[in-house]
Amino acid sequence: MKDTIEPHVTEDGRQIGGVLMEMKNITLRFGGVVAIKDISFDIREGEIRAIIGPNGAGKSSMLNVISGFYHPQEGEVWYRGAPRPPMKPYEVARQGVGRTFQNIALFEGMTVLDNVMTGRLTHMHASIWDQALWWGKAEAEEVHNREQVEKIIDFLEIQAIRKTPVGRLPYGLKKRVELARALAAEPSLLLLDEPMAGMNVEEKEDMSRFILDVNDEFGTTIALIEHDMGVVMDLSDRVVVMDYGKKIGDGTPDEVRSSQDVIDAYLGVPHE
Amino acid sequence: MTATTTPPGDLCSVPALLRRNARDFSARTAYREKEYGIWQSWTWAETLQEIEWLAMGFLALGMERGDHVAIIGRNRPDHYWAMVAAQMCGAVPVPLYQDAVAEEMAYVLGHCGARFVVCGDQEQVDKVIDVQDELHQIDHVLYHDKRGMRKYDHEHLNWLSDIRDEGKASHYRHEDELHRREAELDYESTCVMLYTSGTTGKPKGVVLSNRNIIETAKNSSAFDGLGSKEEILAYLPMAWVGDFIFSVGQAYWNGFCVNCPESADTMMTDLREIAPTYYFAPPRVFESQLTSVTIRMEDAGSVKRWLYRHYMALANRVGPAILDGKPVGLLDRLRYALGEMAVYGPLKNTLGFSRVRVGYTAGEAIGPEIFDFYRSLGINLKQLYGQTEASVFITQQPDHEVRADTVGITSPGVEIKIADNGEIYYRSPGVFVEYYKNPESTASTKDAEGWVATGDAGFFEEASGHLRIIDRAKDVGKMADGHMFAPKYVENKLKFYPDILEAVVFGNGRDRCTAFINIDLTAVGNWAERNNIAYASYQELAGHPRVLETIKSHVEEVNASVAQDEMLSACQIHRFLVLHKELDADDGEMTRTRKVRRGMIEEKYDDLITALYDGSEQISTTTEVTYEDGRKGSISATLQLVDAATVTPKHQQKVAAE
Repeated sequence: MKDTIEPHVTEDGRQIGGVLMEMKNITLRFGGVVAIKDISFDIREGEIRAIIGPNGAGKSSMLNVISGFYHPQEGEVWYRGAPRPPMKPYEVARQGVGRTFQNIALFEGMTVLDNVMTGRLTHMHASIWDQALWWGKAEAEEVHNREQVEKIIDFLEIQAIRKTPVGRLPYGLKKRVELARALAAEPSLLLLDEPMAGMNVEEKEDMSRFILDVNDEFGTTIALIEHDMGVVMDLSDRVVVMDYGKKIGDGTPDEVRSSQDVIDAYLGVPHE
Repeated sequence: MTATTTPPGDLCSVPALLRRNARDFSARTAYREKEYGIWQSWTWAETLQEIEWLAMGFLALGMERGDHVAIIGRNRPDHYWAMVAAQMCGAVPVPLYQDAVAEEMAYVLGHCGARFVVCGDQEQVDKVIDVQDELHQIDHVLYHDKRGMRKYDHEHLNWLSDIRDEGKASHYRHEDELHRREAELDYESTCVMLYTSGTTGKPKGVVLSNRNIIETAKNSSAFDGLGSKEEILAYLPMAWVGDFIFSVGQAYWNGFCVNCPESADTMMTDLREIAPTYYFAPPRVFESQLTSVTIRMEDAGSVKRWLYRHYMALANRVGPAILDGKPVGLLDRLRYALGEMAVYGPLKNTLGFSRVRVGYTAGEAIGPEIFDFYRSLGINLKQLYGQTEASVFITQQPDHEVRADTVGITSPGVEIKIADNGEIYYRSPGVFVEYYKNPESTASTKDAEGWVATGDAGFFEEASGHLRIIDRAKDVGKMADGHMFAPKYVENKLKFYPDILEAVVFGNGRDRCTAFINIDLTAVGNWAERNNIAYASYQELAGHPRVLETIKSHVEEVNASVAQDEMLSACQIHRFLVLHKELDADDGEMTRTRKVRRGMIEEKYDDLITALYDGSEQISTTTEVTYEDGRKGSISATLQLVDAATVTPKHQQKVAAE
């Protein structure tokens, strides 16, 4: 299961490119607790990469390292062929990394449209004065941003709730709005933290369809954490398996499924 | 109002009407569609241009005279244009129901032998590809929405825009041929072929000529004084004859504007933004609008609730009379004007009915309470009676003569006769040419003199000259004791309650009536939320004891109301059950236009009906369900059977006293 994959075209015709992001020997500690222990893996351009593992395995910590929210004590994050210096999350976002959150982080009192518009923040360059006075490039920029947002609204089929305050929406739709906001930033790498947690089968099917469509239509690279094994195995090109902060498997869904370490971790074999 | 049968000038095809509109109303808006949150519009001149390019693109693909072109998708300008473009090429457009499962689609595509299929999106393309292997005649599949289509094999698959661009680029080569074919179109050539929804058996392809469509459009437009300034919202299935008459026939005849909603879910918002002047909806849409109004009023504050109740009571009393131009006291008029400011105006605005001059409902009988609600607000809602085979219009109600229980007077150009058994026959310029590839059915429906049997029983009221429909002739039956059984009458009363979405009443040949009820998830779900009742699924909510209690009270109220009617008092419901799933067209329980298929339901739920009559307390059952992609699954449930109190009719009480 070594990293020998060359850029290629998958069976269903998707382009998998070179390495977009590489995690090199990442170790993350919180005081005495080791959340991530010496983990390395890469994410290739155009692929859907899943990170799975039992509760407390360090998956969300890993995602937070990728998004620049946590800074690992050891190891390096390489992005587009160069090591990434420690950055603030918004700087990482500007580099083209977008994300959604496990427990929905939307502005409840704002409409869906406004929420998605906030995703365009990294694409707004007019000064605060221009914006306040609706002067200079503010208008053209707003029109352009709105157009991009409308395309995403159309894509995710949430036209009917465009003007609805997010607080009034059911859970499944909120998740979709969050995805819309992340997409509005036009990320090249999209991080999804449990995109299907708490959804019923129908909502999961819809969400899976949207994730595949996003990957297919926009060519967005996707890294996701998910508990639903069926979903992970169907969606992803490659899977990283974590347990107790360590990497215990890495490969295609089939490879991972047949790995003894992975089976043990999920069936709960006692740790020595 | 005289009906003519000769076309004025050379306006004897839809493309000819299009050319006239592009000439006379060139700068006026012909189509609007909401895309990316903004209404995009096309003038008649632009529309002609688009359709010509598309038609030349079709020619480039090798479309021949008489080819059938299936169109599967929601109401969008592109799809309407594809229909007219096909007509220009001498081909026959065949719009299909977009929510049909692959199996149904295979039958229709195979039956009409479509060589070309225009699909709205990937979902439709997938269905066509699924059935393509059995049907070898499909040569080209075109699609409107590119999304998700990149990975498909594009040898026989084209983006509609590419075809249009190809037509545009090659117009020197194809222009002459196109004009030649267009010139061949006359009043007798086929305009469109529409498949009937079929409450029984396989769908039949109804062939309608240019004469049928244009004569009907002309006569019906004159009847209601429609002009080129009307705005309509095209949201009903394109495969349904009504949409073709309104959005193509009348729109092209008058040159008015057709607005297409952004998506099916945004229809209500789009309706409000467009505020059509001419509106058409089946009773179901009016019912669900009333349901949502009722729900929102339940959620409103006490002052608003009081205002609403107070003024709706007033509107019920005097509204319809004001609309019909009958004398109403000055004080009531003043009060009504106040109500217009406080309640009716804002309510109509919310519903998108502020500008409606003419509104129609048809397809099924509408509950009188629902009908009166809209009339009392001052909306000129009328009923018409029609069929695919008649190009819609058989009878319709003139302004100021509107009643809930009739379907109006004979439409201009139509003749009606009533047979001895009560069945209605009609003859008109709109009468269909034939059922495609089905001469036996054609012969059994239409006689040599052109009279068509409707299958409905009815009579003309002597006083008003209006036609009254009793029921589907074959649905009206007799109960064991000889009383008349008319299920639709009771079902419509039940469906007036927002909680009840659908009802099916049984009782033909039996000693008493029973019913299946479908709850309305929106209304009951809202009620559950307000009352802190938790539920995980439709099934669980439908079986909740408190829901059963509520439904029981509705049924008992309906019984009391049915008891008032001397003829039908025996149709009171003695027992009922609340179904564990919604009746669905995918399962064959309803037609695509959402009419209940009685025979099918009786067969499928035989165990439940038996239980309703054998006195059991509850019944366990397993039902097969079909998903839209054709997969099958099943749901099991244990249903409670509930007894409802009935009322002894007054006229019988009297008999007893004597």
